[in-house]
Amino acid sequence: MSTPFYVSPQQAMADRAEYARKGIARGRSVVVLQYTDGIVFVAENPSRALHKVSEIYDRIAFAAVGKYNEFENLRIGGVRYADLRGYTYDREDVTARGLANVYAQTLGTIFSSVGEKPYEVELIVAEVGAAAEDDQIYRLPHDGSIVDEHGAVAVGGNSDSIGAYLDQRHRDGMTLAEALKLAAESLGRDSNGGERTLTAEQLEVAVLDRTRPQQRKFKRILGRQLARLLEADSAATTKTDDPSDEEEE
Amino acid sequence: MEANTRSTGRLPAAFLTPGSSSFIDFLGEHSPDLLPRNRSLPPLQGAVEIPHGTTIVAATFPGGVILAGDRRATMGNIIAQRDIEKVFPADEYSAVGIAGTAGLAVEMVRLFQLELEHYEKIEGAVLSLEGKANRLSTMIRGNLGMALQGLAVVPLFAGYDVDREKGRIFSYDVTGGRSEEHGFASTGSGSVFARGSMKKLYRKDLTEDQAITLVVQALYDAADDDSATGGPDLARRIYPIVTVITDEGFRRLTEDESSDVVRAIHERRLEQPDGPRAELL
Repeated sequence: MSTPFYVSPQQAMADRAEYARKGIARGRSVVVLQYTDGIVFVAENPSRALHKVSEIYDRIAFAAVGKYNEFENLRIGGVRYADLRGYTYDREDVTARGLANVYAQTLGTIFSSVGEKPYEVELIVAEVGAAAEDDQIYRLPHDGSIVDEHGAVAVGGNSDSIGAYLDQRHRDGMTLAEALKLAAESLGRDSNGGERTLTAEQLEVAVLDRTRPQQRKFKRILGRQLARLLEADSAATTKTDDPSDEEEE
Repeated sequence: MEANTRSTGRLPAAFLTPGSSSFIDFLGEHSPDLLPRNRSLPPLQGAVEIPHGTTIVAATFPGGVILAGDRRATMGNIIAQRDIEKVFPADEYSAVGIAGTAGLAVEMVRLFQLELEHYEKIEGAVLSLEGKANRLSTMIRGNLGMALQGLAVVPLFAGYDVDREKGRIFSYDVTGGRSEEHGFASTGSGSVFARGSMKKLYRKDLTEDQAITLVVQALYDAADDDSATGGPDLARRIYPIVTVITDEGFRRLTEDESSDVVRAIHERRLEQPDGPRAELL
């Protein structure tokens, strides 16, 4: 019988963390910004079928980077958790904080269990409130911790430099067009210092818009409306429900 | 029920297992006790007095469909509730109106709404109108045991079919049998009178406003002859719930809008209590 090598617990966890971080760093980033009417999610994602940003519940949305099958599983789990909770109690009782906790427990247990490979994902769970002060944004790294964020946050490959860029330029009360342009600029910054201009086709954009009359505040911004917002100067309207702008589906 | 059923507080395995996009299927696997169909009922001794919802009517017009219901729930010969709401949006392009055991019906509608929303979120696409109608059929069939003991739920489902660009109506029986209705339909205790009324008044080329008047006339006639159907209560300002579904989505008439329709009809009926007359030949 061979004797296994001794690996200190510190070393074992550091290895797992590095494994997860490397996986996450391979993918493109997602940024989430507060703007005057809500929260906007912007991902560099040329695919129309595989979403990085999705609706969870009335006022809650989800964004993720990393391995698609892993975060897709977590997204479906989150939708099931939210719908079941809302059905058992009331729609009001589904909160981003509760969901973030369940995600953190799930990621944390998987990260520290020896039998499972750590998930290579980083999530954002956000809830739009009645006013900007009530908005909640939680960032959930691979190891099961929760970070309470305000203003703007980036996750994924180049998140450090994108986050720093956003922190310098984001301010409260931006219009949707302003926030969207800042997000697109920040996502275009590469880790080697290069800059690219991202077009509407390369971006996946969705908002949680507190001014939407419907109960479900999540809305994707697609096609012409997205292109118009990216081109618009900062004075442009921020309305997301303008039917004249919507692409035929 | 709480997601944190394990000591670790993580999502239970059932939540993270890829599978059906149906919320009902998920409930069936994870917490079957929450599903209405898994409830068993002790044998009943005689009739039980439980609130029952009554008349629902629907009519199509070029460009959409109207679904409306009266506001009465009865319990035997007692009026259990004067202002019950029996017409609900199912999603953005469809609505469901319920007749039968009120408590079970409202629960069925809640689960149906959630089923459609859940599918939409998981799949990122909306079910076809036929798909929604079939889903409702399955749910009614699940209630068959209760229905045979007198606790039936019989809904009327109406929606705007975005592919065919027209309003459509589906009616059901207690066994979940589904049939598409053309033009107009009704369900509940006053449905025979409502159907007779619409039969004489319905035309294919009604405008939206005319179709609204048609369904309110039909509810008026149903209330006229069926004691379990509530007529408009002008004194208490309780009017039928009228919903319109077109390519712009679901819309419920405001109290002022339904008040205008009801008052116009009421005014005419003071002269002519039986309502408008159709041609003899």
